[in-house]
Amino acid sequence: MSLLSAKQVTKRFGGLTAVSELDFELEEGSIASVIGPNGAGKTTFFNCLTGFFHVDEGSITFDGRPIHTLRPDEVAHYGISRTYQNIRLFASMTAIENILVGQHNHMHATWMGAIVRTPAQRREERAAHVEALRLLDFVGLSGRGDSLAVKLPYGDQRRLEVARALANKPRLLLLDEPTAGMNPSETHQMTELFRQLRDDLGITVLLIEHEMRVVMDISEKITVLDYGRKIAEGTPAEIQKNQLVIEAYLGRATAPDEAGPADPVGPTEEDEALPPSDRGPSGSMT
Amino acid sequence: MTAVAIQPTDMPGAGAADTWNLRRVLQISVIAGVVAIYLCLVGIVPVFAERPLIVDVLELGQAALLITFGAASYLAGMDQVKASWLRAVVVGAIVGAITGAFLTGLVLLGEAIDLRSVFLNASPTLYALLTDGIVLTGPIVPIVAGAITGALAAVILGLPSAIRVPLVIGLSSLLFFGLFAGLLRTPMLVTPLRDVARFMFGSEGLTAAGAAIVFVVSVGTTAIVRRTKPRQRVNALPPRQRRLVVGPLGLLVLALVLLFPLAMGPFFAQVIALVAIFVLLGMGLNITLGLAGLLDLGFVAFFAVGAYTVALLTSTAEYGLANWGFWEAVPFAVLFAMLFGLILGLPILRIRGDYLAIATLGFGEIIRILAGSDLMKPILGGPRGILNIPKPLDVPPTHWLSGPVQIYYIALAFAAVVAFIAWRLRSSRLGRSWMAIREDEDVAEGMGVNLVQTKLLAYMLGGAFAGLAGAISAGLVGSIFASSIQLQLSINVAAIVIVGGMGSIPGVVVGALILVGLPELFREFSDYRLLFYGIALMVIMILRPEGLLPSRVTRRELHTSRELADVPDSELVTDEERREASLP
Repeated sequence: MSLLSAKQVTKRFGGLTAVSELDFELEEGSIASVIGPNGAGKTTFFNCLTGFFHVDEGSITFDGRPIHTLRPDEVAHYGISRTYQNIRLFASMTAIENILVGQHNHMHATWMGAIVRTPAQRREERAAHVEALRLLDFVGLSGRGDSLAVKLPYGDQRRLEVARALANKPRLLLLDEPTAGMNPSETHQMTELFRQLRDDLGITVLLIEHEMRVVMDISEKITVLDYGRKIAEGTPAEIQKNQLVIEAYLGRATAPDEAGPADPVGPTEEDEALPPSDRGPSGSMT
Repeated sequence: MTAVAIQPTDMPGAGAADTWNLRRVLQISVIAGVVAIYLCLVGIVPVFAERPLIVDVLELGQAALLITFGAASYLAGMDQVKASWLRAVVVGAIVGAITGAFLTGLVLLGEAIDLRSVFLNASPTLYALLTDGIVLTGPIVPIVAGAITGALAAVILGLPSAIRVPLVIGLSSLLFFGLFAGLLRTPMLVTPLRDVARFMFGSEGLTAAGAAIVFVVSVGTTAIVRRTKPRQRVNALPPRQRRLVVGPLGLLVLALVLLFPLAMGPFFAQVIALVAIFVLLGMGLNITLGLAGLLDLGFVAFFAVGAYTVALLTSTAEYGLANWGFWEAVPFAVLFAMLFGLILGLPILRIRGDYLAIATLGFGEIIRILAGSDLMKPILGGPRGILNIPKPLDVPPTHWLSGPVQIYYIALAFAAVVAFIAWRLRSSRLGRSWMAIREDEDVAEGMGVNLVQTKLLAYMLGGAFAGLAGAISAGLVGSIFASSIQLQLSINVAAIVIVGGMGSIPGVVVGALILVGLPELFREFSDYRLLFYGIALMVIMILRPEGLLPSRVTRRELHTSRELADVPDSELVTDEERREASLP
């Protein structure tokens, strides 16, 4: 059975249908990607999966249980973690504190216990601490634990976001453009890290990614969205050959009377020429 | 690049080495000149011309002008002193002279036309004051005085820091003790120290001998501290030895705090008790605003709930319900305040930022108006208030613990307990959730933080502290009136938290001392107090927008790896250095 399964998911904002009748399945232990031009509804779909948006129609189940009516904190509790397209760390907290917040679900201290600082509480804090240091080390941030998140270099902030998401001990990790703005060697390191997450920790990984090298290199399954609809799905090799995908990305090579870039929201070649980091969010939260 | 667009003249210090930077010199002079005229026209100079700072040497009114001259020259000279000391002195003198020229202008203008119809203080007395020098007389006096003061300030500026810093601190101490000499003298007169008090302090201001002592002692201490750097030395000690030094020091401070009201008398005890009550309030708001980032402008509501609960439960007069003792009533005050936190929190859970401030403001106003309303009059007494709230400790009026002294101890003890609780909460799972909400509410929720629970706890625990403050305040005053519930209180507490440094526990204490304690000590200056309160707020926020004592970065990684001892000294960064490094 699939770990994550979305059926006929539709999300509208006023007149705009951001995600439309989307069916999506994700097997446990796989690495998959969602791609599509700007404004295709990728991030909106992520927001629906994580409880930030509630779907207008359709349903989402995780491990057989419906999650589309839950709040974000409840979804996190089920074992889904995510990162954000435009890095959203807790800026004036240290790297370790960021990871400790990530472990929120796995700690049990109450406010009374915190004041009294019971032995159980102290053990828990200590364990959380050790775990935070381990995660820092895992993403390659050893020694940066006491830096404020906002002071970290860009690439390290992306890593810290991954570490914070991992602190929740997720079964499913959603990564929203995790390599945006990284240089090729950093991108390569990140890709290896994701592979490690799946191979060593058994975490299912779902990516939104614009960097095609990453997508083709790492994904076992690729889903292509355009105007909120799924236009293609398959292995990297299949997607590369798919005529619809090529049209969505590059525009249709047609006679002038037929189409052209009449729709202002539609993807244009100019959009695609931009480096990934300059892209606007394809669906903003709240 | 943006750097191209920046004019050298806009960057203090940068282009100074090769230019006189006349624009900046002129700017500072004009600002200082306007300040000087302002000081004269609002009456500070004439009113305090007879209030000695140092008896028979310097009056406060004149000192205010001299400080203006000196500060302006000091600022202007900072650009120049890197190029040459002499140039700084020349610029200092020019700035002082221009500033003084503004006053000369005021005198000449005042002699030509009558300014009194608009500015009450522009009196012949003022002009006489401004034109009466030690050697000279006439409108030239302010210019000369300005030039001399300015040049002197610039001379100090050019001294090596080993001399300059003690000198500046010595001068500041003179100002400080000159202002407070009278207050310090009164309680000392009833102790064996009375002769020292008479020798050093006049009934207002320092005596000449006292000034000399204060100056020498403060300069000496500063110089010694700067040379020996005791703090760095103690910090460099291994933890066990450091404890041996810090421990007794802590005990000494504790002893001083405990003996303070006995030595200084009831007035100071009352002031500190008030400060402690505001520390409690500040600790409460520090949770909602400082940690959880929820701006609550109706904080006075919790205070009111705490105070009225104690009043109703304990009062022996009209409206009193139960005639309980103070101590039985306090837990209920805290509990009801918490309950009110819940009631306040529920409807405004979804509101964020500025809107939240307005909504809480509304809540505070509801409580305030309700307390004074006819509706609640049969219960709360309205403007007539609830009287005869017993003192927490029942002692005869002659006992040393009667009056404000006992409130001092009680308020201080509670402030310590609350600080401890706040500190424990801050470094717990809950504290981190609060901070996460402050930083990014959505992401915090995405990480599993239950917003409803966490925010309500912030309101409830913050409210509990404020309720406790209200209860103690009721015990201190012995009565509660509708008019004691003021919006001003909410604003003061918010100012304490922000000025102290959001989320910082020592910051709350410092903020309360400065924003509540100092104004109480300045009662002598009645109306001008608020003027300076406002100016101080602005200056602090401009110079230190992160607060006076911003919350420290908790260093956890090094602490747990137990390798602290192996780290070379160069890598042990002090908090000050950290703070400096974190400034843009």
